[in-house]
Amino acid sequence: MLTGHEIRDRIARRETSALEITKRSIDAVAASEPELRAYLTLTPEYALARAAEIDARLARGEDCGPLAGVPVAIKDLFCTQGVRTTSGSKILANFVPPYSATVVAKLESAGAVMIGKTNMDEFAMGSSCENSGFHPTRNPWDLSRVPGGSSGGSASTVGARGVPIAVGTDTGGSIREPASFCNIVGVKPTYGRVSRYGMIAFASSLDQAGPMTADVRDAAIVLEAIAGLDPMDSTSADVPVPHYEDALRDDLRGVKVGIVREFESSISGDAAMSSLYKEAYAALVRLGAELVEVSLPHAKYGLATYYLIAPAECSSNLARYDGARYGVRVSDGGDVYQMFERTRAAGFGPEVKRRIILGTYALCSGYYDAYYVRAQKVRTLMKQDFDTAFSACDVIACPAVSCPPFELGAKSDPVAMYLMDYFTIPMSLAGIAAMSVPAGYVDGLPVGLQIAAPAFEEGRMLGVAHAYEQSTRFAWARAPKVGAA
Amino acid sequence: MKTSPDVATTETAKHDYEPVIGLEVHVELKTKSKMFCSCRNEFGAEPNTAVCPTCLGMPGSLPVINRVAVEYLCKAGFALGCDVAPYSKFDRKNYFYPDMPKNYQISQYDMPLTTGGGVTLSSGKRIRLNRIHLEEDTGKNLHAGGAMAGSDYTLIDYNRAGVPLMEIVSEPDISSSDEAEDYLAELKAVLSYIGVSDVKMHEGSLRCDANVSIRPRGANELGTKTEVKNMNSFRSVGRAIKHEIARQAERLAAGDRIVQETRGWDEVKGTTYSMRSKEEAHDYRYFPEPDLVPLALDADVLARWRSELPELPDARRKRFAQQYGLSEYDAQVLTAERSDADFYEATAAACDDPKQAANWLMGDVRRALQSAGFTALAQSPMTAAQLGELIRLVKSGAITGKAGKEVCDILVAKGGDPNAIVAERGLGAVTDSTEIAAMVDQAITANQKSVDAYKGGKANAFDFIVGQVMKVSRGKANVEIVRALIKERLG
Ligand SMILES: [Zn+2]
Repeated sequence: MLTGHEIRDRIARRETSALEITKRSIDAVAASEPELRAYLTLTPEYALARAAEIDARLARGEDCGPLAGVPVAIKDLFCTQGVRTTSGSKILANFVPPYSATVVAKLESAGAVMIGKTNMDEFAMGSSCENSGFHPTRNPWDLSRVPGGSSGGSASTVGARGVPIAVGTDTGGSIREPASFCNIVGVKPTYGRVSRYGMIAFASSLDQAGPMTADVRDAAIVLEAIAGLDPMDSTSADVPVPHYEDALRDDLRGVKVGIVREFESSISGDAAMSSLYKEAYAALVRLGAELVEVSLPHAKYGLATYYLIAPAECSSNLARYDGARYGVRVSDGGDVYQMFERTRAAGFGPEVKRRIILGTYALCSGYYDAYYVRAQKVRTLMKQDFDTAFSACDVIACPAVSCPPFELGAKSDPVAMYLMDYFTIPMSLAGIAAMSVPAGYVDGLPVGLQIAAPAFEEGRMLGVAHAYEQSTRFAWARAPKVGAA
Repeated sequence: MKTSPDVATTETAKHDYEPVIGLEVHVELKTKSKMFCSCRNEFGAEPNTAVCPTCLGMPGSLPVINRVAVEYLCKAGFALGCDVAPYSKFDRKNYFYPDMPKNYQISQYDMPLTTGGGVTLSSGKRIRLNRIHLEEDTGKNLHAGGAMAGSDYTLIDYNRAGVPLMEIVSEPDISSSDEAEDYLAELKAVLSYIGVSDVKMHEGSLRCDANVSIRPRGANELGTKTEVKNMNSFRSVGRAIKHEIARQAERLAAGDRIVQETRGWDEVKGTTYSMRSKEEAHDYRYFPEPDLVPLALDADVLARWRSELPELPDARRKRFAQQYGLSEYDAQVLTAERSDADFYEATAAACDDPKQAANWLMGDVRRALQSAGFTALAQSPMTAAQLGELIRLVKSGAITGKAGKEVCDILVAKGGDPNAIVAERGLGAVTDSTEIAAMVDQAITANQKSVDAYKGGKANAFDFIVGQVMKVSRGKANVEIVRALIKERLG
């Protein structure tokens, strides 16, 4: 499978058609799906009809958008009108939304062709895709390993090149960690850059949609297509959307790259990971960048802060799943509250229940000030940490993860799983832009470099990532062939 | 335990205890669309026809603040003398209830849109307001069989879910059920004047909960309060409070303690009953609504909203008394509804007699409205110009007062040109002296006893003779001419 921009260019040159590309994507996914299980719903009929329609419009000379005919996969927490949307939860196993998320609508108007809805940790709570209410997804680089999470299905299918482009969501690392695990590019935009309308909420003040793509150029194209103010989302930002492709660069002369002291000392215990990242920073220097040390003194409180704020918001966001209006209802007699209880007991998995209980506790009167209010204060301090850091550098380069992809079942302790987001959570709490770009291999398994930039400086961030990607070429490496085809 | 306190304990309560009452009033705002979505906001539509993903709480839906609702609340705040916050925010109030689509309500917790302000009662006493905040209404549960407990099924209508609601919280400054009813009437007058709500308690666009406690007269410390709910009219608010005061007094007199709890008002039984205790009260787990950004209002926008307020009932009442020389009572009644006050002013201008206009509206028009089956002046097709013309006809003597009442009845019921009605029905006054003189002579001859009595010094016998003449003329004789002629005849 080609990259999205290659498909765009070849369709423009009439070397191929949307239909041909879509068929190839459907076949590739069909071949790998028995092993990867990256999807919860496939929409081949819809995709073929839409591809044919795009070809017809192109034949009439119409402009069908920057992603005309490009197959995309959509994380199953984006509502898709008429197509089942589960958020990875049994409680929404039968939910068919009557509306589409703004991200989905924007991708469609950019000409993209949705071929399916991807697997995820239930309600985006998890870092391995093992918390899916339906089935786990596997990593195309090693089928015994997880693809990361929560956007694991999107990462897996792009990593296997079933599609060149997917969208995911990132609350504390849910795009960046799986991107790192599957050797793809994953962008968590600035909070407010992309509309959250129609995105099934986990933690409203942290959730942000972003591209998960084969390369940085595709990420730039997709981000431009989905970003922007949305009157349906009051938290979306009224900040102009640049043409991100213009920001892609090939060298880093004059760029100051911040290296986070605290992160380096925490990764230094792992020789393989530490040397991989040292080499990554060296590559930046070879491109002309200047490294400067910066400090994020409150980063160490990131996990604790995140695991108060995110569960608190989720405990409220998930209250609506009660069986009364939509989704699965479990009611065998009894009153309406028994119906609520039975529906939620049967519909939610253990991790979701754990976080609802955590969050409910944190919001209780008597604990609210000690937990939620204090966590918000730390969040403010973390924002200030980044402000200070960015006064000394243009972007930050740091680990995306503390380890390469692990085996299914390896992290049965919830806290061990929470630690997977150690390097990604501070950026989420600060609401700034961050991404993961392929950075090499440890024991043959992919590892990503995280690049972070100030709020709304996605262009700067993508530019640095592009230069790094072009010179290191790790993103070109392909996962071992998965499936019969 | 007695269900209804007897008269004696009620009297004891009055003397020994001082009631302390605060009201929480929920008022639906009359915006075109709902608080956080674009669904239409209307009463009485087919169930579940004014709904969308947002007000149904569907996954992924998000709220967007209705600026008109904010404007209406701020105007209410200005009208009630509140401090309007240029910066406020929304919070989530979390609890599970089937009529609440998200199982949380978007409300305002610690930064309401307004603080302070007050409502002036007709006695002049001022009831201070604590705050007014903006929130969304819930849907409506319709239980098969009437109550959730024991019903086979419950249907939910979400048309009301998401309707903008303002909660007006008073300080505990109210001291009696009468004051509570007066407070509600004044509040209603202000809110309907500025046009932000229908304020109809029977349609649920105004709902009221009462916090009631009593304390020994002269004590500083507050007693334990109960919250009384489910009243459906101003009168039932008054009754419920009266009952609750008496119930609490009876408990205290019996040496019991008052339990802090929520009590429901049973309109039929005329009693309150325990709904839930403090221990069963919800922990609402308020936290800032992350789907909305804080609400910042520009000073010039606030200034514009303030300047758009109409003359308020209190000011209008004072002006009516001063400008038109009306009694306080008349001014009060005539200004209670903005449309009534407008009608009055137009009538006064049309007949050029503010006093007569008030008399007619307070007297004959009111009676005519009742007999025509109208509950409000606005329901009558009569215009102020028509009533003004009628008053002018009576004043000029063109028709008698009695004929005027008859025309008034017709006007109130159907409207029309008073002159045409007079002509059509032959109601024009008899002003021809010769014609009246004949009737006077006939009456004097037929009532010699009264003539003698009058001559013997009984003044009211004179009125009897006048009445007899009027009877003969079927009410059409000009009464001044009648009186003059009788005087002339009897010396
Ligand atoms: Zn709606």
